[in-house]
Amino acid sequence: MRFYEYEAKVLLGRQGVPLPKGSNAKTPEEAEQVAGQIGGSLVLKSQVLTGGRMKAGGIKFATSPQEARKEAAGILALAINGQKPRSVLVEGRAAVRQEFYVGVIYDALAKRPLLILSDMGGIDIEEVAERHPEHIARLHLSTLVPFQDYQAKEVISNLGITGNRLTRMTPILARLVRLFLQYNLTLAEINPLAELEDGSFLCLDCHLDMEEEARDRHARLLQELGIGRDESRQARPPTPFEVRGAQVDAIDTRGVAGRVVEFDGDLGLIIGAGGGSLTLLDAVRKHGGRPANYCEIGGNPSVRKASELTKLVLSKPGVEKIAVMMNVVSNTRVDMMARGVIKGVIESGYDPKEKIAIFRIPGSWEDEGFKILRKYGVEYVDRTVSLDEAARRAVVKMGRR
Amino acid sequence: MAMFVRVEVAPSVASQPELARKLVEVCPVDIFAQNPDRTVRIVEENLDECVLCDLCSQAFPPGTVRVIKLYE
Amino acid sequence: MSILIDENTTFIIQGITGREAVNMTRECLDYGAKVVGGVTPGRKGRDVYGVPVYDTVRQITEQMQVDGAVVSVPPGFAKDAALEAISAGIKLIVIVTERIPRGEVAEILEFAEGGDARVIGPNCLGIITPGRAKMGGIGGTAEDTRKAFKPGAIGVMSRSGGMTTEICNTLGAAGLGVTTAVSIGGDPLIGSTYAELMPLYEADPETRAIVIYSEPGGPFEAQLAAYLKEKRSRLPVVAFMAGRFMDEMPGMRFGHAGTIVEGRADTSAEKIRLMQDAGITVAESIAAIPDLIRQRLKERGN
Repeated sequence: MRFYEYEAKVLLGRQGVPLPKGSNAKTPEEAEQVAGQIGGSLVLKSQVLTGGRMKAGGIKFATSPQEARKEAAGILALAINGQKPRSVLVEGRAAVRQEFYVGVIYDALAKRPLLILSDMGGIDIEEVAERHPEHIARLHLSTLVPFQDYQAKEVISNLGITGNRLTRMTPILARLVRLFLQYNLTLAEINPLAELEDGSFLCLDCHLDMEEEARDRHARLLQELGIGRDESRQARPPTPFEVRGAQVDAIDTRGVAGRVVEFDGDLGLIIGAGGGSLTLLDAVRKHGGRPANYCEIGGNPSVRKASELTKLVLSKPGVEKIAVMMNVVSNTRVDMMARGVIKGVIESGYDPKEKIAIFRIPGSWEDEGFKILRKYGVEYVDRTVSLDEAARRAVVKMGRR
Repeated sequence: MAMFVRVEVAPSVASQPELARKLVEVCPVDIFAQNPDRTVRIVEENLDECVLCDLCSQAFPPGTVRVIKLYE
Repeated sequence: MSILIDENTTFIIQGITGREAVNMTRECLDYGAKVVGGVTPGRKGRDVYGVPVYDTVRQITEQMQVDGAVVSVPPGFAKDAALEAISAGIKLIVIVTERIPRGEVAEILEFAEGGDARVIGPNCLGIITPGRAKMGGIGGTAEDTRKAFKPGAIGVMSRSGGMTTEICNTLGAAGLGVTTAVSIGGDPLIGSTYAELMPLYEADPETRAIVIYSEPGGPFEAQLAAYLKEKRSRLPVVAFMAGRFMDEMPGMRFGHAGTIVEGRADTSAEKIRLMQDAGITVAESIAAIPDLIRQRLKERGN
């Protein structure tokens, strides 16, 4: 879950990381007012959950409140990568001597958090790592032994930094690390961390991601920041279809059925489990099929949930048939899935043998499931027919190859 | 309406509060409930959730509680 | 031979009285595994299908040799359970639990390193050495497991538990059995990666080839590619890459917690390129895997 820059700066500020003077504005009028309070040279930044703001025209400069108002209006009207900005952050602009990069991430190979520092800030850190590895210092962190300031100092000195710079940067790095660990972040970046002409440091921009799994643990913090439970903060906001899918999944706690992603095709997919869904969506596309949706079924959902999911997919405009497919299942029951989808099709007013292009779920309780499918005349295949072949047959039934 | 499973409970079991309570207890998917007079009521909307565990029929004399698959 | 587990491996199940764990206990016992005890705090004295339940792991390890532990507890208790097993000296920890926060997984893995324990998972279905033992819910009931998993000469590693079964079933139907299959877990941080398990398969004389199931996201495929280039492994590797459609949808999470495209290195296209460059054969479908394995074995004169 990504934080907006203005939210991330609230978190950093509480931790004691120095920030530019500034405030979040929702309208051009508010921006003007904030600009008046700060005075001097200003920067206005579009609040969107995506990178590339500068290039897209989402960051502007101003020298008067009137100019700030005008620029804010432009920024608020500008969508970046399909996202409308939530607000505009108005901050004072200072003369920068040098820019640094500080980041904390998880290194999945070392299985530890990793602190990264570079004296080439403001640009893409991966590019620096590739082209100028000597400008990067790293330290793997313990999650068992608390982080100590001397570790930050060592990382800084490894880049050849000394003097006042070293003593001023040390607490900033240490605070970022503590923030990362305390709030279950998966990414914490200050980029750039700027050294000003007067030798002081400021966090000019930052990027914080909190792990989805940890949202409940930090419910109070999220509430304070005004972040609702329904805000998915994925790469794009959920569509109404996806919201209804989540509601289906919440009907009861038995299994998963309803985690859906919407596409614009005509073949509805009732597929699972995690890996099976990925495999099947690829297979449908490979054979020229046009999926109407992605979904994940797993952990033996109730008949009710499977049936409601089926109804949801069938209610989507343009869906002509559904394909019901999973890898060989050992936990989910074939008969319960057969009951669920057939019920969903019938309650939607259709004939299962017309609407279900193919049913390919082999595995536990399959004999019982196949009995049900035969009774309703649904075409099904067992484990001797591969996922790929089942997907191909479904696509053929849609009348195109 | 249930499409896949029907359950029949003999009056000798359904009408007795103690036996009714036992039925409610054994079913993992809440197919049975008790009426205000503590006789058995079958929860129609849960019938299709039946996992065919047979715990209900095993708990009573043979033939008194029957689970019927409507697709056979 | 096999890796990690065989019919003599003794293990315990933590959280044994939970709904899923009760099923798992029965499935493992029916399959012939030596489940020697279970732990649920406050439930000492009970039993689950004849397996005695204890309050602590040490109550079991003080009495007998315990080779492994399956952690099957809710996410809020998983770290404590894993640390308890490691500190009691158990060397193989299979963590089934899903949705453990990454920071706690990192704590478990760091602690395991100090305790010289190997972790499989989290968010996995466990390990199976077909015909001999299984540790975890992999394959389901003993009957279903026997249908899908045949003994043989292929090592299987997979980021998806369900696809482990699908792949082994496909191999078995084609007359190719499995030495040991490991569901390594779908999380961004896992205890044992493909490359970390490779030396075990190398050391197993019965394993003659490897199949992996992979997904977008994470550095594990690249790590395996680098391992193969450096070590000149005797084992040919065939990989299947799912989720190719995700390359067009950066920032969206699909399937598993670790399955997200955040940068170019995470894409299926880049992973396929790296793997092929390291001599890994990339299958276009699961069904194509058995023929590709036979081809690779033939090339090596096996």
